[in-house]
Amino acid sequence: MTSRRTIERWRPWAYVGPALVWTVAFFILPFLVMAWVSLTVHGTGETLSAANYAQFVHNESYWRALVNSLEVTAIVTVVSILLAYPFAWFLAEIVPERWQRLGLMLAVLPFWTSYVVRSYSWLLVLAENGVVNNALTGIGLLSDPVQMANTRFATVTGFVHFFVMLLTLTIFANLKQLSPSYRKAAADLGANGVQIFRHVILPLTLPGIMVGAFLTFVLAIGDYITPQILGGNNELLMPQLIMMQIGRRGDFPLASALALILMAVVTLAYFACARWLRIERA
Amino acid sequence: MKALKILTSVYALAVYGFIFLPVAVLVLFSFQASLFPVPPFTGPSLRWYEAVLGDRSLTAGLVNSVLVATVSSLVAVALGFLSAYGFARFRLPGSGLLRALVTAPLMVSYLIIGMGLLILFNAVGLPKSLLAAGIGHAVINLPLCFAIVYSQMGDHQLNAERAARDLGARSRHVLVLILVPMLWPALFASFFLAMTFSWDEFVIAFLLTRFETTLPVEIWGLLRSGLNPRTNAVGSLVFGVSIVLVLILELVVFRKRRP
Repeated sequence: MTSRRTIERWRPWAYVGPALVWTVAFFILPFLVMAWVSLTVHGTGETLSAANYAQFVHNESYWRALVNSLEVTAIVTVVSILLAYPFAWFLAEIVPERWQRLGLMLAVLPFWTSYVVRSYSWLLVLAENGVVNNALTGIGLLSDPVQMANTRFATVTGFVHFFVMLLTLTIFANLKQLSPSYRKAAADLGANGVQIFRHVILPLTLPGIMVGAFLTFVLAIGDYITPQILGGNNELLMPQLIMMQIGRRGDFPLASALALILMAVVTLAYFACARWLRIERA
Repeated sequence: MKALKILTSVYALAVYGFIFLPVAVLVLFSFQASLFPVPPFTGPSLRWYEAVLGDRSLTAGLVNSVLVATVSSLVAVALGFLSAYGFARFRLPGSGLLRALVTAPLMVSYLIIGMGLLILFNAVGLPKSLLAAGIGHAVINLPLCFAIVYSQMGDHQLNAERAARDLGARSRHVLVLILVPMLWPALFASFFLAMTFSWDEFVIAFLLTRFETTLPVEIWGLLRSGLNPRTNAVGSLVFGVSIVLVLILELVVFRKRRP
């Protein structure tokens, strides 16, 4: 009888155990190893040293990368929200119900290429002899082609392209959840269209926007592909700097320290948005 | 109101244009006859498709990608399903914390997960390989599969489970004969999503593979040659195949569930 009870007590662990072991072995353990490695110094065998972190603080080109990352991510988040909101509103309010699904599917369609290829496509569009420059010089708006590829503008464009799609989906879902009776109630009380939007619809969709903004921030600040392909090496963002330490120099200690700093920034952003993220879950 | 309607419609058209612009350019210039995928358009020609389909490393990358995506997604779905069942049906000490642990990788960038695994695998002597990349992909997809299945475990399954147990079914039979069929849409959705993410994942595969590698890493290699219609052709092919798959899915799987 006792043994049977023991089996019963351990049974749930047989279900959750494999996932827990997997996560500890391949997520927590690497993280701990990385934290340890970040306290060693490349090539010297020195341990328990804060040299890598000190280097980040003192070397301008390193913390500049973090500032660049924060700036680009902030611009991307704001621009994407501003572009996505009216678009989502159009899909949810103007497009007839039966066409909405199609409208959303169309908006998602171009993202079924691979992520790497999508960034490359923007390179095609923005290249010195690419489509945009060609069109602008063709109609006489520009006398000479301007450099758009390998600039911050290109990075931001590539990011905005992706996140407008993502945010459109989240904001659309949010708008659809709003009960029409709120709007009717506001209208009955004498609010005009602008007032209804400002005082009813916008506040009610704000939590959803914040979740989308947080998602955008987390995904964009950790992305290596878009800035590497579109921004090039003129201006480094954090993930590029990290990859550079791994690739060219094999400096895992510095790369680990930089990765942990990036993670710390994301964690701070999480706590800053936690209020909103929790509202969403409730 | 009328003016607003027209205004937003024009705006929406512009957004659609923005969204479609790069893909349109990609596909158009994959049919370029000359060496550079920039205007003027000199095609149509299929020479770059021919070059791509004859390229051994690209086709090998494709096969590797399918392999890694399938196996890692199966692992992620299996672990996610079992843990979702465990967390939903049993009272565990520290359950909230443990669930947070399982979903934690969602918060961390792929680059950092890949780098952590690279350092760990270096330390324990596991060489760069498709296996290593597959482990990485299962790590990023497990939280997703867990979250999807967990959110779908409701009371209506509980009753069926109880009934089965009252009739003498053992736990593993309940799991396989009752829960798997009932949760089939959630399991399928999480498997499909995990496949998509693994299929498209670059950074982890880039860090954790060397000689044999996946398609995104092969494509990355092509980018070194700058603007090249060959890359356009690969990209267009991936695009085309994905669209066909999504359409099949839409028509076969999701249509049925709607009344």
